[in-house]
Amino acid sequence: MTELVTIRGTSEGLIITLGPGSFDTVVGDMEERLAARASFFRGGRVALRVGDRSMSVDQLQTIGAILERLGMTLWAVDGDHPATHVAARELELEVDLRPSAPPTTATSEPIPLEEMAGIVVRRTLRSGQAVHYPGHVTLIGDVNPGAEIVAGGDIIVWGRLRGNAHAGAMGDEQAVICALQMQPNQIRIGSHIARPPDRAWRPKTPEKASVQDGGIVVERWKKSES
Amino acid sequence: MRATVVTITSGKGGVGKTTITANLSVALAMLGQRVIAIDTDIGLRNLDVVMGLENRIVYDLVDVVEGRCRLRQALIRDKRLSELFLLPAAQTRDKSAVNPEQMVRLCDQLRPEFDYVMIDSPAGIEQGYRNAVAPSDRVLIITTPEVSAVRDADRIVGLVEAGEKGPPKLIINRLNPAMVRREQMLSTADVVEILAIDLIGVVPEDPAVIVSTNRGSPVALDGRSPSGQAFRNIAGRLMGKDIPIMPIKESANVLERLSRLVRG
Repeated sequence: MTELVTIRGTSEGLIITLGPGSFDTVVGDMEERLAARASFFRGGRVALRVGDRSMSVDQLQTIGAILERLGMTLWAVDGDHPATHVAARELELEVDLRPSAPPTTATSEPIPLEEMAGIVVRRTLRSGQAVHYPGHVTLIGDVNPGAEIVAGGDIIVWGRLRGNAHAGAMGDEQAVICALQMQPNQIRIGSHIARPPDRAWRPKTPEKASVQDGGIVVERWKKSES
Repeated sequence: MRATVVTITSGKGGVGKTTITANLSVALAMLGQRVIAIDTDIGLRNLDVVMGLENRIVYDLVDVVEGRCRLRQALIRDKRLSELFLLPAAQTRDKSAVNPEQMVRLCDQLRPEFDYVMIDSPAGIEQGYRNAVAPSDRVLIITTPEVSAVRDADRIVGLVEAGEKGPPKLIINRLNPAMVRREQMLSTADVVEILAIDLIGVVPEDPAVIVSTNRGSPVALDGRSPSGQAFRNIAGRLMGKDIPIMPIKESANVLERLSRLVRG
């Protein structure tokens, strides 16, 4: 399925790529996806990639307004069409993304996990508390039942994971969840979801959860792990 | 006298906040302290019933806050202990009738007159909880050894810690040692492992509590009941006394473990 909109997190903020289709449909999809994860993205800068779509000042302003409502700021528009450049300039938006960004295409390549930014959180999350971040999250402490971590990248819990963890939350199925004690309520990677076995158990070693063969697999941390 | 204001809360309903507030208040008064218990569960008041003082209510917390009476007029002296008082909640209003600032001002008025102000919080994390916690110097969190109660208690611990009220202390209520031995109930260690706050007491399951609640005679007055003893111990610890927690036999002995293995 070709997505209408792709949203990727980088250390410089979000890159939203508009795919093919009518402006209203594409922007509607963008708004829906962003609103569904609003707390995730709030406060972030957004660079828009539009490929060879011709964008007008009105259209850019519409998008800018949607983003502002969700607590984000549009700072750049990357497109091939000259009209897009003109419109962007008029709204005082940057037209060149940083050189480290991949070449412009209508559909963007995923930002590799190795290049994603990460944060370290040094406390235990109690029931009702959450950490949402578009990159990797390392937590030194426990995640109690009723608490959650939602990350665009990997999730590492240096402690007991007893609540919920969702890695690769923006669609990255390569993300992993690691914990010293993997006793989660529920884990998700990308669009996959898994819950622990019905019988109560206590894990004896650190474990890693990853997607293999279309499902989430939890493995013990072995010495030979590279 | 500068009172210590103690709020008893839990998140979860029905775990014993009102019973514990009543009993700790009684136990502190038995230790010679001048105590006032305040019910902030406006609309669902119970502290008056548990203390057996419901027929003596003329004015309540909302009357005081709305200026229909002086604070002194709303205080009810306990029928057994002369240094114990109750400020009941209103039954015909709801928790929006009082706000946290009013609770702080009220407690400031009471501080010079008492050693302890014991505030019974309603269940939940909304206005009622905020009203109860606003004036507190110390917070006691009540939980039963049940997964759902512990989940709610954890949420409250998070809120108390975020509200900069100092570390709360934990009371585990209604522990049934036989069920813990049969691994049908969480143990004290299980609960403390998740909540990770200091334990100030464990109250065992005791049928005498239900009898005492219905009769309006708190069980802390009863010299024989195990729960009464636990409440008196907690009151002592609250006052800074070093009272070791009663060992409640929670691990199975050899025979019990063997029979469990055989049953499989």
